[in-house]
Amino acid sequence: MKRWLLVAMAALLPFTAFALTGEEVMKKSQAAFLYPGKDFKARVVMKLIARDGQERVREMTMLRKNMGEAGGEQKYFMYFFQPADVKDMTFMTYKYPAKDDDRWLFIPAINMVKRIAAQDKRSSFVGSDFTYEDVSGRDIEDDGHAIEREEKLAGTDCFVVKSTPRAADADFGHKLTWVGKESFLPLKEEQYDRKGVPYKLFTAEETRQVKGFPTVVRRVMKNLQTGHRTEVSYLRADYDLGIEDSLFSERFLRQAPRKWVD
Amino acid sequence: MRRLASGLCGMALGVLSGGVAGPVAADVTLGGFLQQNTAFNAAGANPDGRNHKWLEERAQIKLDGTTGAWRLMAKGDVAHDHLGRGSRSELREGYVDYTESGWDVRAGRQVLTWGVGDLVFVNDVWPKDYEALFAGRPLEYLKRGTDAVKLGIYPAFASFELVLAPSFRASRVPDARRFHLFDPMPGLVDRRTVEPDQGEAGLRIYRDMAGYDVALYLYRGFQRTPSMRPDRMTAPTRMTLFHPKLAGYGASASGRAGAGVVSLELAYYDSRQDRSGTDFTVPNSQTRFLAGYQWQPWEEGSLGLQYYVEYMHDHGAYRAVLPAGMPVAKRRADTFTVRATQLFLHQTLRLSLYAAHNAGNRDRFVNPELRYAISDRVWVAVGANVFGGRRTGQFGQLARDDNVYLQTRLEF
Repeated sequence: MKRWLLVAMAALLPFTAFALTGEEVMKKSQAAFLYPGKDFKARVVMKLIARDGQERVREMTMLRKNMGEAGGEQKYFMYFFQPADVKDMTFMTYKYPAKDDDRWLFIPAINMVKRIAAQDKRSSFVGSDFTYEDVSGRDIEDDGHAIEREEKLAGTDCFVVKSTPRAADADFGHKLTWVGKESFLPLKEEQYDRKGVPYKLFTAEETRQVKGFPTVVRRVMKNLQTGHRTEVSYLRADYDLGIEDSLFSERFLRQAPRKWVD
Repeated sequence: MRRLASGLCGMALGVLSGGVAGPVAADVTLGGFLQQNTAFNAAGANPDGRNHKWLEERAQIKLDGTTGAWRLMAKGDVAHDHLGRGSRSELREGYVDYTESGWDVRAGRQVLTWGVGDLVFVNDVWPKDYEALFAGRPLEYLKRGTDAVKLGIYPAFASFELVLAPSFRASRVPDARRFHLFDPMPGLVDRRTVEPDQGEAGLRIYRDMAGYDVALYLYRGFQRTPSMRPDRMTAPTRMTLFHPKLAGYGASASGRAGAGVVSLELAYYDSRQDRSGTDFTVPNSQTRFLAGYQWQPWEEGSLGLQYYVEYMHDHGAYRAVLPAGMPVAKRRADTFTVRATQLFLHQTLRLSLYAAHNAGNRDRFVNPELRYAISDRVWVAVGANVFGGRRTGQFGQLARDDNVYLQTRLEF
């Protein structure tokens, strides 16, 4: 009897470990990708590369602070170094789950802080192939998620999750995400347009441990339909720096503190 | 943009930080641009016979240095104008910042912008350059620096910005040699400008309230654009341009509403020099109100609508003393504006249109613009300024000053 019980438990064990739903995988993935640490800072270099090879560079310091649990409210602060015509521009987002963000832009040329509309989360971030949602996350509830299969991606065990938008307003029809079983980082994402044609391809090119958090420090988003791609490098990525709440304010939008934006 | 970390610059800044001898770690950046700016007349010659509103080459050098709690920022321009003004230099901004955790101070020439309007100024009492706006210059030239000390104090319940300017700086109005300005007494050539001999002060208090950015504004100073007063009404011999005393009290709020951002702004302009409204050369006390809404109707596109009203408080008194033959201002002036912007080619190409229409005197201003960043260092913009309305209106007087402009800038 005892033996049977053990066998039954043994049979159940892998099942329970395996019993993550697509939604749970994506939640864990979001937590690992966009929420590690209490706060985060990186110098971000974005290369926008056209099909003909012409390159444009967007360079900024990105600061992020979690205001609660993973999946909850976050604040973002960005300071632009490049290109020259946006030097000293700052951009701030209060990101809320399940409602539109608040966004502010500081335009140094006229010394004005402007609140800007933010309902279109699928629009391009600074002209790159990444959308605002790719940078700061898409609400898990906006899509239905199902584990399609499990497979190795370059030697790493992954869940392959199919996500389909619940509303018809997204620019993609569905997407497949390869989520590492150990790190829960998204290692690859294939987006398909609403006709099912391959649309965008995201790849995590390099992952590094930073203060114990696996961090994607190089990533690429390629638009397969236009041939345009964006390569992003995180330089000097770091966590748990003690970024104050007060940083995310009009005062510091107007006068970005050197301490944080080097 | 070249980034330097030099002991020499560190020493220069070290002197600012209390006379520290020897090199101090400083972070200094140098940048700037070269620019060509041409505005071709599209509706006839200038009053001086020329055919351009603007024709200029310009270079700007920008120095930005930080060491510890100190920062030095200076932007200087040299320009050559081909329409008779010759070569000039100008300090656009030049200030020193000192920052502590709960307060900071900025001293020197600085650009100040108050309020939430888009080319509509309710509480933005600070100096502007309307000539730049109408002659097709880049937007940053709309603002002139103020020579002031600005003190910021940031207790938890609100933020305070106190501005003290020891001397007054006027807004620049379009040059009568280049623009067809309405002049009630064109024959009067003996004119002189009297600048206020006092300074001015402003206080802005702001905080978040239930997700809205809320601000209060107080100002004590002078009307930024001059009023004209003849020495006598019959057979005048001299015209005096002066800046009447003004106090302003206002508030603004902006925040998310529905799918976009709503902006509201209100101000009361207390015409301190003529509270009874019986001096027709001094603007009446006035209430200004602005309501705006901005949203993104589609990808890479944005739309902004504004309704703006100015209300004269002593219109009866003004009408009673206004000499015959002078243009009559309406008690209430309603203006509607629209701004549409669309980005293309990974946000390197921007098409925008701004239009303002005053329902009372049919004053109108339209500014379409196409701006393209050829590379990360070079951008060009081509646009037009189109004016219309009654001869005495702000824009109507410029009906013969329509222009097409070209801006080219190389950043370094």
